Amino acid sequence: MSPSKLELNPSVKNILLLDSDGRRVAAKYFSDDWPTNSAKEAFEKLVFNKTQKTNARTEAEITMFENNIIVYKFVQDLHFFVTGSDDENELILSSVLQAFFDSVGLLLRGNVDKKEALENLDLILLRIDEIIDAGIILETTPNTIAGKVGSNSTESGAPLSEQTLSQALASAREHLARSLLK
Amino acid sequence: MAQPLIKKDDDRDDEDNYSPFLGIEKGAVLQEARVFNDPQLDARRCSQVITKLLYLLNQGETFTKVEATEVFFSVTKLFQSRDLGLRRMVYLIIKELSPSADEVIIVTSSLMKDMNSKTDMYRANAIRVLCRITDGTLLTQIERYLKQAIVDKNPVVASAALVSGIHLLQTNPEIVKRWSNEVQEAVQSRAALVQFHALALLHQIRQNDRLAVSKLVTSLTRGSVRSPLAQCLLIRYTSQVIRESGNITQSGERPFYDFLESCLRHKSEMVIFEAAKAITDLNGVTSRELTPAITVLQLFLSSSKPVLRFAAVRTLNKVAMTHPMAVTNCNIDMESLISDQNRSIATLAITTLLKTGNESSVDRLMKQITNFMSDIADEFKIVVVEAIRSLCLKFPLKYRSLMNFLSNILREEGGFDYKKAIVDSIVILIRDIPDAKESGLLHLCEFIEDCEFTYLSTQILHFLGIEGPKTLDPSKYIRYIYNRVHLENATVRASAVSTLAKFGASVDGLKPRIFVLLRRCLFDSDDEVRDRATLYLNTLGGDTEIDNDAKDFLFGSLDIPLVNLETSLKKYEPSEEAFDINLVPKEVKSQPLAEKKAPGKKPTGGLGAPPSGPPSTVDSYEKQLLSIPEFANFGKPFKSSAPVELTEAETEYAVNVVKHIFDTHVVFQYNCTNTIPEQLLEDVIVVVDASEAEEFSQVISKPLRSLPYDSPGQIFVAFEKPEGLPTSGKFSNILRFIVKEVDPTSGEAEDDGVEDEYQLEDLEVVAADYILKVGVSNFRNAWESMDPDSERVDEYGLGPREGLSEAVNTVITLLGMQPCEGTEVVPPNSRSHTCLLSGVFIGGVKVLVRLSFGLDGAKDVAMKLAVRSDDVTVSDAIHEIVASG
Repeated sequence: MSPSKLELNPSVKNILLLDSDGRRVAAKYFSDDWPTNSAKEAFEKLVFNKTQKTNARTEAEITMFENNIIVYKFVQDLHFFVTGSDDENELILSSVLQAFFDSVGLLLRGNVDKKEALENLDLILLRIDEIIDAGIILETTPNTIAGKVGSNSTESGAPLSEQTLSQALASAREHLARSLLK
Repeated sequence: MAQPLIKKDDDRDDEDNYSPFLGIEKGAVLQEARVFNDPQLDARRCSQVITKLLYLLNQGETFTKVEATEVFFSVTKLFQSRDLGLRRMVYLIIKELSPSADEVIIVTSSLMKDMNSKTDMYRANAIRVLCRITDGTLLTQIERYLKQAIVDKNPVVASAALVSGIHLLQTNPEIVKRWSNEVQEAVQSRAALVQFHALALLHQIRQNDRLAVSKLVTSLTRGSVRSPLAQCLLIRYTSQVIRESGNITQSGERPFYDFLESCLRHKSEMVIFEAAKAITDLNGVTSRELTPAITVLQLFLSSSKPVLRFAAVRTLNKVAMTHPMAVTNCNIDMESLISDQNRSIATLAITTLLKTGNESSVDRLMKQITNFMSDIADEFKIVVVEAIRSLCLKFPLKYRSLMNFLSNILREEGGFDYKKAIVDSIVILIRDIPDAKESGLLHLCEFIEDCEFTYLSTQILHFLGIEGPKTLDPSKYIRYIYNRVHLENATVRASAVSTLAKFGASVDGLKPRIFVLLRRCLFDSDDEVRDRATLYLNTLGGDTEIDNDAKDFLFGSLDIPLVNLETSLKKYEPSEEAFDINLVPKEVKSQPLAEKKAPGKKPTGGLGAPPSGPPSTVDSYEKQLLSIPEFANFGKPFKSSAPVELTEAETEYAVNVVKHIFDTHVVFQYNCTNTIPEQLLEDVIVVVDASEAEEFSQVISKPLRSLPYDSPGQIFVAFEKPEGLPTSGKFSNILRFIVKEVDPTSGEAEDDGVEDEYQLEDLEVVAADYILKVGVSNFRNAWESMDPDSERVDEYGLGPREGLSEAVNTVITLLGMQPCEGTEVVPPNSRSHTCLLSGVFIGGVKVLVRLSFGLDGAKDVAMKLAVRSDDVTVSDAIHEIVASG
């Protein structure tokens, strides 16, 4: 995709979710700026080191280096990042970050930490997939994103008409088991 | 690459680092993926395996072609399951595996079935997956469904189709363009994101049709866009239309400006900011247009959100480079940002203040910055150093505190780039502010006492060798230099020896003592150091006067472009004949081309780093001119203009001209480039018709022997003119040459050529060409020190103008003088303005001009012009220029 043709379109270069040691929990790159995994890891390390000491827990913070703008927000041991080019509207990037942050928050029901995130990695990856499609902003309303992904992958949210009887029974059993465990 | 993940996690087996993926391995997961082939699918288990695969990919693991194909084929089996969650994962993994064209066929039918499913989620995702992996041939088959999907009542489906359309437009434009009607319908959608995606696609379909884009913008700016993101897009399209439509209409209104301005009152901050940014980026934005944008940005500065503060201060920082006065209103808010938690914001605030501050606030600002410097990173410090350098050039009287600041931070810890930025700044200040020389050199001397960077030490030693001997007491530098000979590595020692020799050559009084020192260097352990010492002792040797050759050898820089020297040396074959440096061509070949390329280069931005000033081309021009024997008796050129284009962009031959003004002559340097690969031009001359420039008479014309493709050459034409007068005139130019066809394959030209000519645009020599832009540090002092009798005052009516700012700029351009103390910027909405200019008139006469502008009635501008100069006739000449301009 040639960037010159898309330059007017708001675009995101990557979405990152790192842990408190800077290791990757989930990451999705939409730009060719980092062609190899080691380039990606180097970028993540740099981003992490530059932002580590800041307090981005109440409000999203922002920084800029290597002609990229990075907005970020932390909660517990999770660090959320969204990167865009330096001529991008900072507030658009920030709205993407907020969408990512809030939809993960909704998913983990306030219990946002690395352990929960890894246990729900499938759903986090799906959320990223619903927020950005190849660099283009697809959706930024957290509730809509959550709705599109479904509350949990194996808890079937399909309409009954598309479920077999046994599947319906299985999911009912699971619901029951879950409610008992709580 | 394929290092097993288990190793990474080995040493962190404590509770906190529990991970469901602990010990996961590619081989094992690939084995597990066999469950996809089970006749009785366990949806939950399959989902988990896919998650594991995605985890591995996400951690940077790669699958071989065979592995990927195998996984892909088994994944396709999962379409049999009707579990919604599993299907969603299947879509995701297919996109991650990015199957090859021949594999895609396997899933095509499943995906096409999903595209027609009743479940919205299936439709939306099947479209996205299919469009991602498909090629053009399949597209025609599914086109019908895609068109339907674009106008689907479910916004998720519509968005999926539209975004896929945006991607497909890159590869299959002719197909996507057929969807125009549907996309246009989708622009009217009530769903915010659908509108945004539809608008993006519609614009991209029409982007090459300027009229259509303009129509689109016109209709949408009337207000049917609801989504903030779509509104941001519309603002970008609008700015593009404004940029391409070029000029302001006759009524002085910029088309669509009202729309941008109205977006400043939008309820979404994203839109407000986009509009403010668009306004500040307008070509030749006026102060009046800027004001509302600056006002909203100022409000953002005190926002509680760091992102908003950052966005605002970054934009204002950029505005401050071109319109410093417009930003001064925000200074108080900026100052409070110096203590901002976010250091990026603080740095941007400081550099903005450095640009907008006036002379009186410098000291206070420096105090604040000193506290600030200790806790920011090197890269921010460099930005601050650069800002301080330009501030010092702007207010030379403040050099003392700024130089102190620089020398203090030079002593602190820092990396190479940071130290280099400081050293460069001090060197520039020494060069441009004579008063700063002595203290600056001493700071540099102290720095090399304890400098860990060889590169910087040698640079400083070289610089000392040039500047040191010209100071009042050169001897005091010797100690610093000779210390280097004892304490440093060989590279630094060698350059210290050269520096000592330069002192010896320039200052006779020091010569005997320098000799003692140089002789000691003969016992150095390094051969380069010994060689240099021997060489210098011999060239400077004896008690006789140092002859010019020796001086040339020591100080004369090579007036041959190094590239040319290199090529000549490579061509030289050892023979009886010695290499003759005089045969090396002195023409700077690639220079005009490089100059043309420069403006197109995207500014790297950095943290709002100021664009580096234009390289000093005058020096290189001067050398080039002096190397042409015909012009040798003209003296030194008084001024060389910036290149003026004589051809339109992208024509067959690109020609620009540089006007060199001498005391009694004018030389036009035509820089020509031949842009046709199939042609070779020979005997190229410029025929200049000076019938509209009566006082000029042509004396020399220096043609160009040959002008091959894409290799610029220069033609010179010289005119005689009355001495010391600002003679103006208009010249028409024709390029005349012999064209020879070139065989594109062999690159050889045919023998026979045809004579041809090419009309160039006219060229004018105007009064401004005779005035050098030379600033003064304190205008008031300079003004008062001039003879009041030389003052000439008169009043002029400038007639109706766009505004004061435009009138001020017109007069500045007319006179070609240097505006002082930032007075070229007119504050918004002011009714009167005073502008101070300074310059040097041909013959080296200093001129100061005080312009007072006033708005009279609606748009009429009146101007009072007061001139003082060292020569009364020059004062009169300035008035004549204004009166006739």
